[in-house]
Amino acid sequence: MNLKDKLVSSYLAFDDHLEDESPIHEIRKKAILIFEEKGFPTKREEDWKYTSLKSILNKDYCVFPKGNKEVKFKKVRNYFLYDIDSYKLVFIDGVYSSFLSETTHEGLDVCLLSSALSKSKYKAVIENYYNKAASKNSISALNTAFAREGAYINIPKNKEVEKPIEIINFSTGNESALMIQPRNLIVIGENAHAQIIERHQSLTTNSVFTNSVTEVFAEKRAYLDYYKIQNDKENASLIDNTTIHQEQDSICKVHSFSLGGKLTRNNLNFIQNGEHCESTLKGITILKDKQHVDHNTLVKHNAPNCESHQDYKGLYADSSTGVFNGKVIVEKQAQKINAFQQNNNILIDDNATVNAKPQLEIFADDVKCSHGCTIGQFDKDALFYLRSRGIGLKEAQALLMYAFANTVLESVKIPELKRRVNKLIANKIGVNIGFDI
Amino acid sequence: MLQINELHAGVENKDILKGVNLNINPGEVHAIMGPNGSGKSTLSSVIAGNENFEVTKGSIKFLDENISELGPEERAHRGIFLSFQYPVEIPGVSVTNFIKTAINENRKAQELEDMPASEMLKLIKSKADLLEIDRKFLSRSLNEGFSGGEKKRNEIFQMAMLDPKLAILDETDSGLDIDALKIVANGVNKLKNKDNAIIIITHYQRLLDHIVPDFVHVLIDGKIVKSGTKELAYELEAKGYDWIKEELVI
Repeated sequence: MNLKDKLVSSYLAFDDHLEDESPIHEIRKKAILIFEEKGFPTKREEDWKYTSLKSILNKDYCVFPKGNKEVKFKKVRNYFLYDIDSYKLVFIDGVYSSFLSETTHEGLDVCLLSSALSKSKYKAVIENYYNKAASKNSISALNTAFAREGAYINIPKNKEVEKPIEIINFSTGNESALMIQPRNLIVIGENAHAQIIERHQSLTTNSVFTNSVTEVFAEKRAYLDYYKIQNDKENASLIDNTTIHQEQDSICKVHSFSLGGKLTRNNLNFIQNGEHCESTLKGITILKDKQHVDHNTLVKHNAPNCESHQDYKGLYADSSTGVFNGKVIVEKQAQKINAFQQNNNILIDDNATVNAKPQLEIFADDVKCSHGCTIGQFDKDALFYLRSRGIGLKEAQALLMYAFANTVLESVKIPELKRRVNKLIANKIGVNIGFDI
Repeated sequence: MLQINELHAGVENKDILKGVNLNINPGEVHAIMGPNGSGKSTLSSVIAGNENFEVTKGSIKFLDENISELGPEERAHRGIFLSFQYPVEIPGVSVTNFIKTAINENRKAQELEDMPASEMLKLIKSKADLLEIDRKFLSRSLNEGFSGGEKKRNEIFQMAMLDPKLAILDETDSGLDIDALKIVANGVNKLKNKDNAIIIITHYQRLLDHIVPDFVHVLIDGKIVKSGTKELAYELEAKGYDWIKEELVI
């Protein structure tokens, strides 16, 4: 049985256990119909032209893992950015781990989507926001049909969250192949501030296929800093579907560090609904072997006087492949928009490939939009300059990588994260140049 | 210290250096002058090991070792330093971090431990003072947004930090106003001693008023066509290069 058929029939069994009256049930039923009709996207679809899911769909995934496995903190502590001083939502094989997590209801909600979906006190928020931002495409619909667990974060008006929030999905390798579909709902209230770090981490080399959906609502003057760390093991694949709705004067930034995994697809959508919004989408991608990352971004400017900044840097070694497909839509009423898009790539080896496709659809007449795209090799003159100072070829390349990635790194607000990304870059190419930028 | 013998080098079948001979001993300052396109910068690049140029004939010996096959970093480890005419901008890497990395990479090649941080700081401070460089400058991204003068001063700062046996100053005077020129020249003079040597590549005699050469060579069309003492530089300044070219024809 292929994965699509397996999922559709699994849904029928799953459906039997659901409460009939829950409004979520209706949403699920509609979603599975969308998935049943369209199935997994193929390369025939324009948006998936350069990414084939074939190599990950041919596994016999366990769709409903038992998830009774505990993991010792000692074993996974390095995957956390903070030992203490952060809120943590930790899921093991898709199931919440109370032992590793630190949730709160004091002044803000950092808790589980499963409880938010079932408890009446969250009903109003769920009705207002749940599945309102997620795309209606088949892959998001698949998540909507099956999603049971994930992060529920609700920051009330004027609340400045003093600690970062870490969302981590571990997979234990208990199953030979595992499919998980986390679902996060994040509401940043008016004038509230939050910092979120999301990570998917497999603990073995068994196959994992994660299809994650995150919905974010940033109310007026809200501020959100969101970091996605994608440095998974070689048989772990991720489709990340994140949609952010922004109201007036809100600022939202997403930094994606795509440094590992087998196949990663980021569907990152920003929808600006009010004036004076700022959206920042930045990414550093460093790949080797046969790794593949596809950044599919959309910024939709629906209101005037807004800004969007996109800056994606990619370094590709061996026969790794990358895609940058960045779409900016400026609607007719959205005058005085500044929209910038930058995508620069360095191919370290001859077998590496990048496909870049910027798309601007502008219906307003008073806007500033620009996009720039480069694909090249290391600058020979710069390499000679560094080497002439006694710095070896590999170390010189590492320094140039730092320099190249710097425009993305400089806006990272968490020093520890910056330090780790620097270290990862050095590890990637096997050098130790012993300084932090 | 440096013996260059019948050196031919160029890019893609185009010869730029067509048989250069040069002999430099410790404690000497040599100036290489010549019109645009004569191969001055190529010569300095080739000595430093720039792989964009291909050596087709001849040899370069440094401290009795043939270095023609060595990479630029290996030449640096042996004590060769090139002050670039156009230093490259490296955003995101500060001057301090860059020089620390360079020093420690050189020490690694000599199988020494990293320089202790306190010693490094002291060294940076003393060399920055020598070139009248202020602290803020050291935390800026390497060469990014630097003025021409700042770039050159930064090159000589790196030279002071690395303390090479042979320093090649490629057009270090271009882009410098008179005050900056004096600071740079003063710095170079203080670094000069009986065990190291300096090659100054320049168009003009201006820098040579401040760093006095023991020998002056004229490079025209890839060959050293005339050598002399510092008086030759004044003659070139006054008369240009044409008279030498005419002499060559006869």
